[in-house]
Amino acid sequence: MSNEQKHTGDTGHGDNHHPPDHPAHLAHHFETPEQQFESGKLGMWVFLATEVLMFGGLFCAYAIYRGNHQDVFLYGYGALDKMWGATNTVVLLASSLTMAWGVRAAQKGQQKLLLTMLFLTFMGGVGFMCIKGVEYKAKWDHNLFPGTMNAFYYEAGQPKYPEKLEHAIEFIDGRNSGGNSGGEVQGGGGHGLLDADVPYDESPAIEHDAQQVGHDGAGHIVSASPVILTASFGAPADMSTIKPPASPADMGVNDAVIDHAGVLTTPSAEHTQVLWRDLSSAEQKKVHLFFGIYFMMTGLHGLHVLIGMILIAWLFWKAKKGAFNKDYFAPVDIGGLYWHLVDLIWIFLFPLLYLIH
Amino acid sequence: MSVIQDQVKVSGYGGQQGPGETNYINHSKGIMSWLLTLDHKRIGLMYMIAVLTAFLGGGLCAIALRTMLYMRSAPDVAPITTGTQDVYNQLFTLHGAILVFMFIIPAVPAILGNMILPLMLGAKDVAFPRLNLLSWYCYMAGATFFLFVLLSGGLDTGWTFYTPYSTSTSTSVAAATMGAFILGFSSILTGLNFIATIHMLRPAGMGWFRMPLFLWALYATSIIQVLATPVLAITLMLLAAERILHVGIFDPALGGDPVLFQHFFWFYSHPAVYIMILPGMGIISELMATFCRRQVFGYSFIAFSSIAIALLGFLVWGHHMYTSGQSAMTNAIFSLITFSVAIPSAIKIFNWLATMYKGSISLATPMLYALAFIWLFTIGGLTGVFLGALSLDIMAHDTYFVVAHFHYVMVGSMLTSFIGGMYYWWPKMFGKMYNETVAKVAWFLIFFGFNLTFFIQFIAGSQGMPRRYADYLPEFAIYHQISTLGSYVLAIGLFLVLYNWIQSLVSGPKAPQNPWGGNTLEWHTSSPPPHENFIEDPHVTEPYEMRAWDYDESIDGYVYDKAKAIELDKQSQH
Repeated sequence: MSNEQKHTGDTGHGDNHHPPDHPAHLAHHFETPEQQFESGKLGMWVFLATEVLMFGGLFCAYAIYRGNHQDVFLYGYGALDKMWGATNTVVLLASSLTMAWGVRAAQKGQQKLLLTMLFLTFMGGVGFMCIKGVEYKAKWDHNLFPGTMNAFYYEAGQPKYPEKLEHAIEFIDGRNSGGNSGGEVQGGGGHGLLDADVPYDESPAIEHDAQQVGHDGAGHIVSASPVILTASFGAPADMSTIKPPASPADMGVNDAVIDHAGVLTTPSAEHTQVLWRDLSSAEQKKVHLFFGIYFMMTGLHGLHVLIGMILIAWLFWKAKKGAFNKDYFAPVDIGGLYWHLVDLIWIFLFPLLYLIH
Repeated sequence: MSVIQDQVKVSGYGGQQGPGETNYINHSKGIMSWLLTLDHKRIGLMYMIAVLTAFLGGGLCAIALRTMLYMRSAPDVAPITTGTQDVYNQLFTLHGAILVFMFIIPAVPAILGNMILPLMLGAKDVAFPRLNLLSWYCYMAGATFFLFVLLSGGLDTGWTFYTPYSTSTSTSVAAATMGAFILGFSSILTGLNFIATIHMLRPAGMGWFRMPLFLWALYATSIIQVLATPVLAITLMLLAAERILHVGIFDPALGGDPVLFQHFFWFYSHPAVYIMILPGMGIISELMATFCRRQVFGYSFIAFSSIAIALLGFLVWGHHMYTSGQSAMTNAIFSLITFSVAIPSAIKIFNWLATMYKGSISLATPMLYALAFIWLFTIGGLTGVFLGALSLDIMAHDTYFVVAHFHYVMVGSMLTSFIGGMYYWWPKMFGKMYNETVAKVAWFLIFFGFNLTFFIQFIAGSQGMPRRYADYLPEFAIYHQISTLGSYVLAIGLFLVLYNWIQSLVSGPKAPQNPWGGNTLEWHTSSPPPHENFIEDPHVTEPYEMRAWDYDESIDGYVYDKAKAIELDKQSQH
């Protein structure tokens, strides 16, 4: 006892009371490594429950406004880019796979594989945040940031920025009038693509074109984008094809796209498409709410991705030092749980925000 | 459990102080040994200092606002102006916000829970000591934000931050919400820690139904902390976004819905009411058993009623919003569920009374607080049922009747159980006894002063005195005067308690290991406990089997007869 007291530098339950039979990674107040592992896991699950409830508040707000202002959401979501959203979903799902793989590697003591998988997972996070950045940049360019910065912000019944508003309407109307037709195809059970006879391998070109033309503001051409969506979701094996092409495609493809789009949209030209003029004047003043909710949800989620990336970087650093082995891999396992939750929340955010119809 | 140690010490313990002269307080020295400690007992003490300081601040606000209301009855002396009304608004807001977020919610779990929970489990610490320390730092960070609010224009929204006023007032709402947000993390971390600790660190021989009832109560509390607090977090975040960016989710001028804020807020804040009261109920169960020297009557009913209250507490938030435009059907459903909360609450009360029946009651100070609790909680609880009734609530909404009701529960009941628990575990925490006479006088002043302050408010409220008003009609003057005088008596009583505690620390006699004869595991170690809590593993039996503890006059405490305990344990297994 008195020997132990010499360690006055000790700040509590430190090593000086470390029972001699404990392995180094076992904290003094646990009896067995299993007890410590189970405690850690339980703690993380409880923490994940708090995360679910925190996001639950946002989902609840989403549900209420979606229910109350259906058209506002149908209109506003046109500003979102499904292609980037889908890409991000793939990126995040892939990073969840590498994370799970990494946990397995840690459990089996495969040091190299663990490091590789943690690195890939981290890069998944980087990729996600970069794409998110591209998306946010697009919103920034069209003055769609939330609150008083939003082009749709009204003050005392009048648009705060009439010019920006006009531009934003042009932007979203453009996307919506094109996007709707695609939506129709999609609504047709996902086999629209087959009916239209669009070969899968044309998808990248079409998609790329849609991106380009979309920014040109030429509404009627953008329709290609949802076609790709149909393609990608109708044929999961081809998910890779939806990634943006590495090099700009031949502009000559344009015609083909328009042709295809034209074929696709013929049956139901402008059906449930919500354009600015379709909104009541009361709803027009609420469009900015959609962006408020969009940014709160994706922003909070992005923050969680960042936290997860810090966690994974830390795990990588620990793993590099050889901290984990067959008997001690709890931090990897528990960190993995967190990463999967971050992924899971996005799995809900993506359809709720990007795939409305 | 070490068999060898058990055999060596089968003769029992409790006769002398723990081996050696060191305990958790003097185990190591220097400010950093406290600020970086991972010892749950030290963290509990640090919480105690911080939380009691907040209590002092919030309490002074209360005295100040009661004084302003008293002065109002003499308008010649203190004329009411816009300026004084603003001050009044800030006082009741800070009073509420500080006491709710910084005192009532953390008081029992963070101080007594941290201190006692691992001891009751015979464990060396909570499951996550680092998170525990982090929770204290979160508390301090949140408190700093509130300090900033005080210095930067105050806050006048009421502790509820209702929109749209909170998005338009010029006071420091953003800083206050940030503070409450961070305090919420402190609360979540404590709850998470307790859940994991109770699940994973129970000693061999302590199944769920051999846990002291205080732990059941803390477990139920933790469930609420973990599940409700994140909703407050997101609510406050949305509110901050609303204020800073004008996102518009809660602002009707921007197309948002202010009632949604109320739903979100009460989805947290009603369960939070049970965060405040449940651990106090756990303390009362301990006090009842120890000071009636009896097994708690209806152990499993009390245990499950804690869980029932925790779960039902999530389903009643709408009763705060009867007048906010909910549909009649919604109101009726919330009213019905609200009534049902009375069932588990009454189960507790009746079980405590049954525990007292034929017990050999000792009216030590902690027991007096337990009795005060039953009195005050019965009044507070039953008036809660009144208010759960739609017709009455619509009349009494936002009157002093509501104020009196929740002060009976949140102050009367919670505060008496907290102080009772502090007195009960004081010898364990500090190894010192206190002056029993002073303690009893203080108890009387608190009990009398509290009832004087708040009972009259039921009457004022039923006569129509609205809450949160700096001004009132002359016919309400008498109620306010009596109430203010009562609050002074209450304040004197509380300061006397503080004096009592300080005097005990300075010159109190040495406390025995077990001054009360309780059998929960914290009494199986020395007072104050050593750094590692237990030198030898404690002997786990029925938590309220006190017959193995024999009174020893020479130490004015109880000594454990382990052979007898083993024998009694064998009998109870049959």
